[in-house]
Order: sequence, then C-alpha cells, then structure tokens
Amino acid sequence: MDSDAYTDRELMVAATAREIDDGDVAFVGMRLPLIAFQVAVSTHASNAISVFESGVVRDDPASGFLHTMCDLPNIDGAVSTTSMMDVMSRLQRGDVDVGFLGGAEIDRYGNLNTTRVSSESGQVRLPGSGGACDIACLSGRTVILMAHEPRRFVERVTYNTSPGHGDGGDWRARESVSGGGPETLVTTKATFGFDDDGEMYVRSLHPGTSLEDIADDFPWDIRTAADVSGETVGRTTPPSETALDLIRTFDPDGFWTR
Amino acid sequence: MPDSKVEDLSTAVGRIEPGSTVATGLALEHAIPFAAGHELVRQGTDGLTLVGPISDILFDQLVAAGLVDKVRAAWVGNVSAGTGYSFRRAVEDGELDVENHSNFSIALSLKAGAMGVPYLPTRSLLGSDVFEENDRFREAEDPYSGDRLAVVPAITPDWAIVHVQRASPYGDAHFWGNSGVTFEGVDAARDTLVVAEEIVDPEVIKSDPSRTEITRESVTAVAEVSYGAHPSPLAGRYNRDNAFYVDYAERTNDPEGAEAWLDTWVDSVPGRAAYMERIERDLSVSERTVAAEVEYGQ
Repeated sequence: MDSDAYTDRELMVAATAREIDDGDVAFVGMRLPLIAFQVAVSTHASNAISVFESGVVRDDPASGFLHTMCDLPNIDGAVSTTSMMDVMSRLQRGDVDVGFLGGAEIDRYGNLNTTRVSSESGQVRLPGSGGACDIACLSGRTVILMAHEPRRFVERVTYNTSPGHGDGGDWRARESVSGGGPETLVTTKATFGFDDDGEMYVRSLHPGTSLEDIADDFPWDIRTAADVSGETVGRTTPPSETALDLIRTFDPDGFWTR
Repeated sequence: MPDSKVEDLSTAVGRIEPGSTVATGLALEHAIPFAAGHELVRQGTDGLTLVGPISDILFDQLVAAGLVDKVRAAWVGNVSAGTGYSFRRAVEDGELDVENHSNFSIALSLKAGAMGVPYLPTRSLLGSDVFEENDRFREAEDPYSGDRLAVVPAITPDWAIVHVQRASPYGDAHFWGNSGVTFEGVDAARDTLVVAEEIVDPEVIKSDPSRTEITRESVTAVAEVSYGAHPSPLAGRYNRDNAFYVDYAERTNDPEGAEAWLDTWVDSVPGRAAYMERIERDLSVSERTVAAEVEYGQ
C-alpha cells in the first residue's frame, strides 16, 4: 500500500497490533494501544484477552469509540469489570504476556521517563507513572510506542519511571525486576528490537524512511539488525486494507490516529 | 430502624475539615466525584492532601483552587488532552509537594490500610526511580525465599469520597462497572462520603447483595446528586463528556484561564442542577444493556 494512504499513527497501530500474539493476555492502558488491541483481536489474535488497570477485562473490540479505558463502550459487554488489585495481581503473578508503554524520553536500554524532564527553562513536570512502572517491571514483555522525535532519545533517562533493561546485561535479574522488559519499540519512523545485552537496535524502517534519516536522532551510535544478527534491516509491513478498515472503524474521527 | 445518613451535598462536604487527607477519583476515569470536589472548592476547604491512582482533571481543579498542599498519586493530568496545567504549574513553582506512586503502589497502600496491616510487599517498583526517590518505600527480604521485594506502607486517609449508582439512606451502596481502588479506599479511610446518583429503598440494595460493594459501617454521609460524576462516565447512567476535558485543557493553560474556569463552572453555580443546565451534549446511555436476571431465594 502507498505510504500516503495511511497516517504514521495508523501504521504504528497496525505494527503494534502485530505484536499481540493469539492467546496473549495484553495489558492495554491508554491511547494507541486501545485501538491496537481491538485490531489484533479482530484479526489474527481472536483468543487474546485485554486487561486494563481500571479493572476492565475484554475479549473483543469495544462497542464504540474509546477516549479512555473507562468509557462506557469498554465497560459494556466486557467479560469482567473488576478492580485494580485484581488486574495488578494478574500482572504480578506473571499472567500478563505483553504490556504497552509510552514515554517522553527513552534511553539506549529502553528505560522510560514520564515523570519529569529538563528544558532550557527548568524542570518540566509530566503526569507521572500511572500503571506504567508496574507494567514495565512485571509484564512478560513490553512494547513501547513513541513519536519519533530526536529530543525523546537520550543517553540516560533523567528519571526512570518505567525500567527497561537498566544499564544492560543481566541488570533486571540483578535488580530483582521480574518481567522480561522491552522487546519492541515502535516509533513513527521505524521499529526497534532489543539485543541480548538489552540495547536498542533498528529492526525495520517504515516506508519512506532510510537509516541515514534517523541515525543522527540518537545521542549514541544506534545499532541495527545487521550489527546484531547479520540480517539486513527490514522494511516495516504497511497496514493491510483489513487493518486500516478496522482502525478507521475503531477511531472513526481519527481522534488518536490522524 | 437504622439512622439515615442522607445529607445535602453541601452539609456532607462541610464535614471535611481543612488539612484532611482525602482519597478520591478511585475508579480511575470512571465515576469521579466531581460534584463533591466542586463543593470543596466552594467551601474553600484547604490544606488538603489528595490520594488517588490517576486523577484525571479533578486533582488539577482542586490544585487550581489553591486547596492542595500535597498529592500522593501515580498520575495527575488530563487523560484526553495530556497535561493538567494547574498541577504542572504548581509543581514547577515549588508550591505543591508530590509523592510519586505507581498505580499498584497506591492500590497496595490503600489495601494495607483497608486490611489493617502496616505495609504490603510487591515485586513491582524495584529498579525504578519511583522506588528510589520515595523514602517511604523500603526494600525487604522475603523471610521465606530470600527474594528481594519492595514494601509499601499503608495509607489511611481521613476521608474517601466516592460516586456510586445507588445507595440506601443507611449508606449501603450498589456499584457496577470497573472499580479501580474504590473499595480499598473506602475501607482504608476513617470516614467515607458516598455520593449516589440515586438514593433507593434499602430493599433494592438487599434484592442483589452481590452488587453491594460498600456497607453502612464504612459510611459517614450519603448525598444524592444526579450527574454528580460529570464529565466522567458512570456505568449504565451516562457517557464520558470528552469535549468538556478538551475544553478544560484549552481554557486552563495559564493561571488566569484556570481562575476564570473555576469562576464559570464552580464558584458561580450554586449546585449540580445549575451546572448541568449548561451542558447541552446528550450524554445519556443510548443503547441499554440489561443484565440477565439474577435470582436469589430459598
């Protein structure tokens, strides 16, 4: 499909949906993953279940557009509407396969900051963790979604709201952080994996983006799939017609995706 | 016959003393007691410590009104628009003390309070700056396995303010839809104000005891306020008024705007009925889902 036939965020949603495997328990949260889960469960992952820290548990798309996880179309027809302790306990005992995160800053090892950043005028206060710290610590794996903006890529996050692979290697095991940590980062220009040392690398480039376009966005020498495994850096699969139709059904006015 | 705890909202909120620790907004984006929050603003109940997981814009409004000394929360902002500008300004200007939590650590804090234990352990937090920067969180060794864990101390608020679909005059309440940490908050708090969409005969509550999530001994006062959670949604009653959140963000990104917003939507309206007269959007549930009949009996 021609890359001007969809928006960057529609591509991100479609790529994120593919990160949900059939049968997964997915901890969804807010914004684009709200749409991505609905696409996944409508296509290749009909046995996936979504859980939300509000207490909602669903096995199908919501009955209408969602601004938040607590909108009535997400509660209506849910499998269960329970409590945060219930959902966080599922997460803590290892029942959540994949969790979704965003961030104002990300570093080389996938640590995320949503609490405060420094700017020329001083410290900027951000909303904080919400459930992100818990999802980052405890999910089987995490998928991170971020706008691709150079200021968001930092050598080390100023505040580690949501631990990734720490400073690399066996950091998570040493620090008793039990979940698997970041597996994928999806930006508006590329998808990234994390190597055996926990370091981010370019896995695939979205249509229209070259490695040269993004290499200078990082304050370190960004590695690629070629460096990690010898494979060439792939091209991100564009959204299918089916996926696009679903995204535009679940987000008819483009509130999240346009 | 048991005593009725029904009061008008103004009288009930008047019980909350300046300097109190108040847990509210406990069902996340669902069932946020905005009407009670606005009454706190009208009464000028200041010196508050607010406790909650995510607050959406209620905490931002109470901060804008100058009522808040401290926030103990996981996330403070505007879920539809991102930033809560009054919260952000107050933190950046050094006027507001913030204890950063994760959602789970707030849940565990209130659960510990509800259970009457001093703390609870968790496998979350370790490795994060949420843990490192909060000296109330401690690291501990599991005496059985030797595992490293984080321990989270109890929070026991003076008050919990919650919004429910229906309650009896005695304070027993039915609640449905996702509950977040509502019931942990009620059980942890010394006093609870239940704001009900509707006050019903006690027999209605007893007809479906599995839906009774709050019982009278936890409840200090009950107030009936229709649309008392607007602009947040309430399961089975009304939808989220998202445009209201977007408009709030646009109008409150400077201090003068926040003051004008409070004047328009809080100080110059005597109560919820007058407030709702200004909302033209139809938020009512348009496609009802009626649960399968539940039978008890003997």
